[in-house]
Amino acid sequence: MARKTGILVLASVLLASIASICDSAAIFNPISDAHRSAASELFSLSDGSFGSLEETYEALRTFVVLGIEKEPVIRTSVCASVAETLSSPSSALKDLFQALRVNGILKCEINDKAFAEIAFRLKDSVNAANLLLDFYHSIGGLMLIKDQTSEVDVHLGDADRIFRSIKALSQSDGRWRYSSNNPESSTYAAGIALETVAGLISLASSEIDHSLVATIKNDIMKLFDGVERYDDGACYFDEKFVDAHGHQDPLSASSSVVRGITAFATATEESLNLPGDKIMGLAKFFLGVEIPGSAKDLYHQIDALACLGNSRVSVPLILSLPATVLSVSRKDQLKVRVNTVLGSSAPPLSVKLMQIFSSGSKDASVIDQELKFDPDHAVHVLETLPKNIDVGKYIFSFEISLQDPEHKKRYITGGRTKVPIYITGLIEVNNAEIAVLDSDIGSIEMQKKLDLSGENDVALLANHLQKLRLSFQLTTPSGKAFKPHQAFLKLRHESGVEHIFVVGDSGKKFEIILDFLGLVEKFFYLSGKYDIQLTVGDFVMENSFLRSLGHVELDLPDAPEKAARPPPQLVDSYSRYGPKAEIIHIFRSPEKRPPRELSLAFLGFVLLPFIGFFAGLLYLRVNLKNLPRSTVPATFAFLFHLGIASVLLLYALFWFKLDLFTTLKALGILGIFLMFVGHRTLSHLASVSAKLKSA
Amino acid sequence: MGRSTPSKDAQALFHSLHSAYAATPTNLKIIDLYILFAVFTAVIQVVYMAIVGSFPFNSFLSGVLSCVGTAVLAVCLRIQVNKENKEFKDLPPERAFADFVLCNLVLHLVIMNFLG
Repeated sequence: MARKTGILVLASVLLASIASICDSAAIFNPISDAHRSAASELFSLSDGSFGSLEETYEALRTFVVLGIEKEPVIRTSVCASVAETLSSPSSALKDLFQALRVNGILKCEINDKAFAEIAFRLKDSVNAANLLLDFYHSIGGLMLIKDQTSEVDVHLGDADRIFRSIKALSQSDGRWRYSSNNPESSTYAAGIALETVAGLISLASSEIDHSLVATIKNDIMKLFDGVERYDDGACYFDEKFVDAHGHQDPLSASSSVVRGITAFATATEESLNLPGDKIMGLAKFFLGVEIPGSAKDLYHQIDALACLGNSRVSVPLILSLPATVLSVSRKDQLKVRVNTVLGSSAPPLSVKLMQIFSSGSKDASVIDQELKFDPDHAVHVLETLPKNIDVGKYIFSFEISLQDPEHKKRYITGGRTKVPIYITGLIEVNNAEIAVLDSDIGSIEMQKKLDLSGENDVALLANHLQKLRLSFQLTTPSGKAFKPHQAFLKLRHESGVEHIFVVGDSGKKFEIILDFLGLVEKFFYLSGKYDIQLTVGDFVMENSFLRSLGHVELDLPDAPEKAARPPPQLVDSYSRYGPKAEIIHIFRSPEKRPPRELSLAFLGFVLLPFIGFFAGLLYLRVNLKNLPRSTVPATFAFLFHLGIASVLLLYALFWFKLDLFTTLKALGILGIFLMFVGHRTLSHLASVSAKLKSA
Repeated sequence: MGRSTPSKDAQALFHSLHSAYAATPTNLKIIDLYILFAVFTAVIQVVYMAIVGSFPFNSFLSGVLSCVGTAVLAVCLRIQVNKENKEFKDLPPERAFADFVLCNLVLHLVIMNFLG
């Protein structure tokens, strides 16, 4: 049994340690002057005010927390607006609440009679409210009046009933709904609800049932269970509710929850036992935002951090470093600062460097060295770096320990804090030499020593049967071999064609051998003078260099017919990106048309046979004797001729204007008509001629 | 006796043809006149095309086809209406005329569409 529990404990410790390694290293800086200047910029005045009363309150609260003085000009105009809102009987609940909030900071001259009237209205609203925001505004307003004047009675009877109606809007995961009609729950609403409940507890004339308070504590715990985490240890409350204004972001939701929890803790005067790592995570989240871009985000960040700095909830202590890059050559010392989230000084404590992890390897060296405290600058200094630390990238793990055991309850140190540190130094380059070797035998034709701390100008000769060898050694300040991030050799032909090679590392030294026999094709068979350039660089190397070493005259064989041409070198960016020649469109030349007079003449000629036809008809002495005389057949005959004429007219219209479909439609109608009248006329004519025949 | 035989024969031939033709009924003569009118119109159009070139070829075709088509339909009408033609004895001439009118209307619709 004992063995089993022992294994269980071991497993949990292992998990915890693995979890702590999984937390990636990051630096969080407390509130600084950068925030103050951002606040002055973001909360800018337009027409002498900050905008609505809500925005004014946000600006004033941010200035108060950051300790920025506001101009007296604002006070007069804002106080006038506040007085107007508070004295008007038609102001909405929301406006009264915002005006009272602003008054709480500015302390304008409002008389007690006005407060009494408002308190009366707010009490009515509390009793009549059923939406969360109505409860919030009315109870919040009464709380503010209580702070601003002692003459007015703001106590609420029947607090239990009000409590229950607020509690009825809560959900099982700790979130709250805005109203009983809307099933969507919101984390932002949870924060508001907690603030409201806190206000209710302090305003209640009689003691609220303790079990109800316990349920709220339960809700807070459930909220914390649902907190989200980032890799660097920051925690936040996410918002899934989408309201008419769109998705509320985690910053405002988390800020609202922090406000609510702080208010609740202040009101109940009981300890909440909130998980310390989650409070620290929340602080890291707000600090991780750094400088927000909008005024509202800045207000949320600052207000939340001010609440976290409140003594009812444990105060997180932030470890920050003014400089994370230390230079061995300058003999920099590691300095560490510990502040509260708002940047104020921390209680007496000691900082210890516990472990150093080198990047790329999982093992760490255990140091356990205490940093010396410098009271003049309020920094903890590590006098000397541990012996076996060379240049490179490391993760330092610090631990804060408070000296006063009383402070342990009030402050959160956050366990081990991991910080990325870069240690830079001067890398020694020595034994650099360049040589031309004979390909087969490997004998050295020409060898020159190089001094890579300055410029060199060697002149070498080589043909395609030989090799070029460059080698050098890099050593760190503590004497170990150094592998830089970049080591390139560049050969540049006089025509501009460049070739870049990576210098390889053989453990002891860096060496590159260019075998020109294999590279002839790559060099496009270009013989001539090649400038040699060596580049060695790394982020921990303080003396990264790009040096020109000289030139080599290369004698390569002539290019065969099908060899690749070197890529064209750009002379001028304008010739490549400049405007191109204008395109002139070639249109098909129109057909030659005959002269107009000729066409008109032939129009006349074409009409001649028609005239001839009529002349011929007259000559033949045609008559219309067969045309019916009596009315009905006469009309039909007339309509028949009219029908044919209309069809021909339709065709003429078709040629001038209409399309086929319209024509066909009209033709259909006319055709039916024509068929009918034609049939009647022709059958009448046929019957007449039949009568004549028989007669 | 001073006149040459061919011209005298030609004249005699022409006279006989003329007198024979005079015997045809008037309605047939009207149809013949109509045919002549259509053919002349087509000829003038071809001459015009020969002068100016056939650029809107569809228009030329449409014009010529209209003339030729109506001439052909008129010939059909003449055949059907001619009393001496035993094949179409039972066909009333009004019916033939109605066919002529209908076919002409359809032809001219096509022509107008093709004219462009």
